[in-house]
Amino acid sequence: MPGARSRLVVATHLCAAVLVLLWSIPTFGLLVSSFRDRDQISASGWWRAMFPAEVSSQYRAAPPSTAIVKNGLYTIEGNIFNGAGGEVIAFGTSIRSPAEYAVGRRVVAQGGEAVTLTRNGDYSITSTTPMTGPRGMRIFATTVSPAKFTLGNFDRVIGAEGMGQAFLNTLTVSIPATVIPTLIAGFAAYALAWMRFPVRALVMAVVVGLMVVPLQMAFIPLLTFHNKIGIGKGYLGVWLAHTGFGLPLAIYLLRNYMITLPREIIESARIDGIPEFQIFLRIVLPLTLPALAGFAIFQFLWTWNDLLVALVFLGSSADQLVLTGKLRGMMGAHGGEWEILAASAFVTMAVPLLVFFTMQKYLVRGLLAGSVK
Amino acid sequence: MEQVGATAVTVLIGVFGCTGYYFLSNRMLDRICRADVLRCNHIRPWLFMLPALVLMGLYLLYPVFVTLCLSFMDAEGDHFVGAANYLWLMQDAKFRESMLNNLMWLVVVPAASTVLGLIAAGVTDRIRWGNFAKAMIFMPMAISFIGAAVIWKLVYDYRPDGEEQIGLLNAVWTAMGGQAQVWLDSPILNSVLLMVVLIWIQTGFAMVILTAALRGISKDIVEAAVLDGASPVQVFLRIKIPQIGGTILVVWTVITVTVLKVFDIVLTMTNGQWGTQVLANLMFDWMFRGNDTGRASTVAIVIMLMVTPVMIWNIRNTLREVR
Repeated sequence: MPGARSRLVVATHLCAAVLVLLWSIPTFGLLVSSFRDRDQISASGWWRAMFPAEVSSQYRAAPPSTAIVKNGLYTIEGNIFNGAGGEVIAFGTSIRSPAEYAVGRRVVAQGGEAVTLTRNGDYSITSTTPMTGPRGMRIFATTVSPAKFTLGNFDRVIGAEGMGQAFLNTLTVSIPATVIPTLIAGFAAYALAWMRFPVRALVMAVVVGLMVVPLQMAFIPLLTFHNKIGIGKGYLGVWLAHTGFGLPLAIYLLRNYMITLPREIIESARIDGIPEFQIFLRIVLPLTLPALAGFAIFQFLWTWNDLLVALVFLGSSADQLVLTGKLRGMMGAHGGEWEILAASAFVTMAVPLLVFFTMQKYLVRGLLAGSVK
Repeated sequence: MEQVGATAVTVLIGVFGCTGYYFLSNRMLDRICRADVLRCNHIRPWLFMLPALVLMGLYLLYPVFVTLCLSFMDAEGDHFVGAANYLWLMQDAKFRESMLNNLMWLVVVPAASTVLGLIAAGVTDRIRWGNFAKAMIFMPMAISFIGAAVIWKLVYDYRPDGEEQIGLLNAVWTAMGGQAQVWLDSPILNSVLLMVVLIWIQTGFAMVILTAALRGISKDIVEAAVLDGASPVQVFLRIKIPQIGGTILVVWTVITVTVLKVFDIVLTMTNGQWGTQVLANLMFDWMFRGNDTGRASTVAIVIMLMVTPVMIWNIRNTLREVR
């Protein structure tokens, strides 16, 4: 059945393509938005970013005091872009119909003045009687701005909005919170995998049980505990908390990997009289490197992306607020300012995405050590 | 810069401190019982495990008991109030809403993620650009819940009628002739839209694990089925899926546990308004906004009770496996 076969191949490709698009488009949309300026974002969806955008805005002509008499008419002339350049496609004189007239037409405004606006933004307002009032006339124009991308949003959020400092804070949290549990778990996993002692199965069962304990259980008692021993809210507390919370999974993954190592290697080392400490450090640890890397990446991503533990155990001052906490604050303070949110979100996601794409292989291996036998 | 230095020092102290502890404690053990080597072999494993056991005991086991006690105490944790917090919980409308939502999440998210993960695993293994496809589907895993919340808030964004819609969902909806909607304020639908975010994150995980399981199926069985005239779809549904039942169950339970703790997405997208409250966020509310450790602990205990079946199942499997 070659027909059915090739139809299936097409269906497979199609199905994969749909999944990939659905999974990547939302992220891509935010990425594109982070390079657009505010006016462009509110003028058109990000999927139109490649094309020129139409924007309706309000401009104000020069005030009546600048009017000169020209050909017997009181005349005000100027350019709505003030020389910045742009292209007008329609204009209007009232807010209700900001794109009523084609460019170049001469129309009569509410006050009786004759108004015209050209494609390049030059306007002229003429009147037979002297014009009065302190402010210039409002002109509504629909302009076309060419597709353009900017790095300005990133500039602003990293500097002025303080994402740069938050980036450092996150780094401060996640590096020790990754390295230390990996090391501690390595030793414990070795004992559970290759040393015989009476309650080994029970210890392993407890570790597996602790793996699913919700963090919510831990917050109130530990906050009290940290205050009592004088750590309070700070980096030391977060490091310890992340270490404690990460250990069960680490031990579980590493042990499952270690028991797959060939028994002969370890037993012949023991027969040769090499101390256990040396066996672990010189033989088992190097062989476990893929799993160690897998867990370390996992833990790094988790501590980098964590909001809850940081909210509870860290303060909210500038030198302690982490990226996720900062981003949450921004969602409150800059609710509709997508250019700020998009750029901030990508500052928080840059490192995890980089780690993910460069070390995906190890991450997958680490995950597999835990669930597939 | 000072901070970077302090972090580097911490890492060094941590690494050298730990290694130093393991090294010295092992040395001491060697010295003490040079005569009785056998007894040493009983003590040594505990030296290896001590730091891990102390930290896990302090940060995971001890809090379970304290939280349990606090759930029978008043707001400040000073006076015993019996079951008052639990009675309050039964009557609290927000709690009932959270509970219902959590149950809905528990049904929808693991099911959707596992099924989508299975489909993704099935199709990406048959095409040449499968690795690229896998990477794209797995990618959300590297994104924080809050980053995902920003990404999806843009998708769900709403502009009043007459303005250009900049959210993808409303753009598609209006293009199909619908009225632009404020998606996040209509109950049930908004919960589903929040679930979409978690499904989007978890599907990649399911896909990775299930891919490995599918690859582990013996080729003989598949070939025998093909010789008997089974179509590829039949092979997938009738032969392969039953073979990886165990792995599907593991994936399902791991996602279930994740779902129970879902917090960041709800906190940042709706903060539990418009009928989207969930237990983890309710607990956070009572802890920091309500300043009531009794009620917060009670909610935490409820979450704990909900993961307990998974926990018991895991423990039993481990006890059977490890001898």
